[in-house]
Amino acid sequence: MKPTTYARLSRGLIALAAAAALFAAVEATASGGADLRFEPAPVHRLDDASLQRGARTFVNYCLNCHSAKYMRYNRLQDIGLTEEQIRDNLILGDAKIGDTMSIAMRPVDAKGWFGAPPPDLSVESRVRGKDWLYNYLIGFYRDEASATGWNNLVFPNVGMPHVLWSLSGTSKLASTEYENHEAALAAAIGTKGLALVEPLLGGKYVVRTVAPDVPGTMSPVEYRAMAADLVNFLDYMGEPARNKRITLGIVVMLFLGLLFFFAYWLKREYWKDVH
Amino acid sequence: MQKLIAWIDDRFPLTALWESQWGKYVAPKNFNFWYYFGSLAAFVLVLQIVTGIFLTMNYKPDAQKAFESVEYIMRDVEWGWLIRYMHSTGASMFFIVVYLHMFRGLIYGSYRKPRELTWIFGCLIYLSLMAEAFFGYLLPWGQMSYWGAQVIVNLFSSIPLIGEDLALWIRGDYTISDITLNRFFAFHVIALPLVLLGLVAAHLMALHETGSNNPDGVEIKQQPKDPATGLPLDGIYSHPYYTVKDLVGVIAFLAVFSAIMFFVPEMGGYFLEYNNFIPADPLKTPEHIAPVWYFTPYYAMLRAVPSYLGSQVWGVIIMGLAVVIFFVLPWLDRGPVRSIRYRGTLYKAWIAVFVVSFLVLGYLGVVPVTIWGQFAESVPVVGGVDRATVVARIFTALYFAFFLLMPWYTRIDKTKPEPTRVTM
Repeated sequence: MKPTTYARLSRGLIALAAAAALFAAVEATASGGADLRFEPAPVHRLDDASLQRGARTFVNYCLNCHSAKYMRYNRLQDIGLTEEQIRDNLILGDAKIGDTMSIAMRPVDAKGWFGAPPPDLSVESRVRGKDWLYNYLIGFYRDEASATGWNNLVFPNVGMPHVLWSLSGTSKLASTEYENHEAALAAAIGTKGLALVEPLLGGKYVVRTVAPDVPGTMSPVEYRAMAADLVNFLDYMGEPARNKRITLGIVVMLFLGLLFFFAYWLKREYWKDVH
Repeated sequence: MQKLIAWIDDRFPLTALWESQWGKYVAPKNFNFWYYFGSLAAFVLVLQIVTGIFLTMNYKPDAQKAFESVEYIMRDVEWGWLIRYMHSTGASMFFIVVYLHMFRGLIYGSYRKPRELTWIFGCLIYLSLMAEAFFGYLLPWGQMSYWGAQVIVNLFSSIPLIGEDLALWIRGDYTISDITLNRFFAFHVIALPLVLLGLVAAHLMALHETGSNNPDGVEIKQQPKDPATGLPLDGIYSHPYYTVKDLVGVIAFLAVFSAIMFFVPEMGGYFLEYNNFIPADPLKTPEHIAPVWYFTPYYAMLRAVPSYLGSQVWGVIIMGLAVVIFFVLPWLDRGPVRSIRYRGTLYKAWIAVFVVSFLVLGYLGVVPVTIWGQFAESVPVVGGVDRATVVARIFTALYFAFFLLMPWYTRIDKTKPEPTRVTM
């Protein structure tokens, strides 16, 4: 072949590449399927009072079935507690202050009771993220068809029953059908909370939400605040060094900024006679 | 002090080594932004070795204890979280730096005669680095560690005849297990670091033998000497000029590194995958197994190649060739000039195609193949095939076309004449 033929072939391939790139870009924007919309978790990592309330909820309600076997009790001094306070309020069994948050339940038994052993929660927040955890806690609803009588919008057919139901009260699943995706999505966004948009046959869409049914001992606002505190605590527990990390990071960045200034000045001095 | 150095020099070529490798090494004076990444790669290598040593002091290569010992480092070891994040961020940053360093070599023709061996040593470093990263990724013993290793080792079992035995030999077991973890630990902390250090030394010695290329592709050794300094007209000593310049680079790099490490150490799940915070469970396959981002272009190629007679071996071969093809680059390029600055539009367009292919494949390797759905059954040729797979096939072909068509398009390209002096 003559060089011009190669050039033409080459240009053709490049045009093909451009077309493929465009195709890829267009394809990337169009996608369907189920869409789970979360209510953002109202938590703040520096709110020690919230973290302490979360720790109390955690040891009272979670730490019977779930362990946190990488988390030591005395580490809770991070969130503004003294060893005394931890020992008096947060250690419910005979654990020592330097022990990790382990539980007596054996995984084998747990598997028999729940189908799967409840996961250790030490680093659960790093797997799920705080929004997922928060919406999971507010996503339980009554479902007579399930083994526990409960189901969850965030985690369908979860093995865990809604252990906080006496506080939250019970909820039921609310489903509304819409003619098209836009209408369904608009309705889901309009709820400003947890909502699942699912496609149905025939181009229709359904929006599922969790609606309060029988009230519990807490109001929905109080329950959400408690769930947020608990999630805040789980989020802290996933990485106890986080606050220290961020504070140190700011110091290091400032230091590097200063160092950069000096290094750049040094370089300019040396290089000014290189032309 | 001078007496001490003289004493050493009589017995060991200390001054000679320093001067030949850096102190009196003459480099072109027109290095630009792209030339920072060589020294940065060396910097990250040292960082990984030092942080690695400290991690080894508390890490336990034991299937029962590995995950726990990492959490122990993150929580109970003094500054353990910082050392671990340095190492995990360093792993990804190593690849970013190395990819940019390789790209520099690509666009300025640094691989061409007489620097072929420098390039080949570099390619070997890249291969060893991939192995090092792969072995290291198993060590935290999370779900992604485990299943990622499972997938990669299973690739070897697709090789006809010897495949099954080969995979068994690599794992030392029928599945990824405690035995595998122990040997991967040995490879990660001693075998491959030794290989890497040796190759880096060879890479630098070869480079300092031929002298560095530069953004203009001008061979400064062929220039007349400046009568005042005795150096080539466009040459300067590395020390102090590039010592102070690379120092600026290192500090700027550390700023980017620190910003990631201190504020977003998971980097959105790309540097530390979220699912890797779940302990490895051999009985529970994750829904979506994605390798770490730096392997994803090759992973996308692997998935794009259709299986043949029930075997994935062709995908494995394509994936291997995609890496190995870098070795022959010096002999594929027939252009009369080195640098992209003096190349024609044809070459520039092909470089663009290559970059786009690499990035698109990188993206496709992260996401499930079903991400864009399937073509309707009625569509000819690709009916019923995942759209992402078809796109990956096109870009795999383009990736290889960049290399395989290079002998022709570099030869017929309308280049500009190379100057005799560098431009600053």
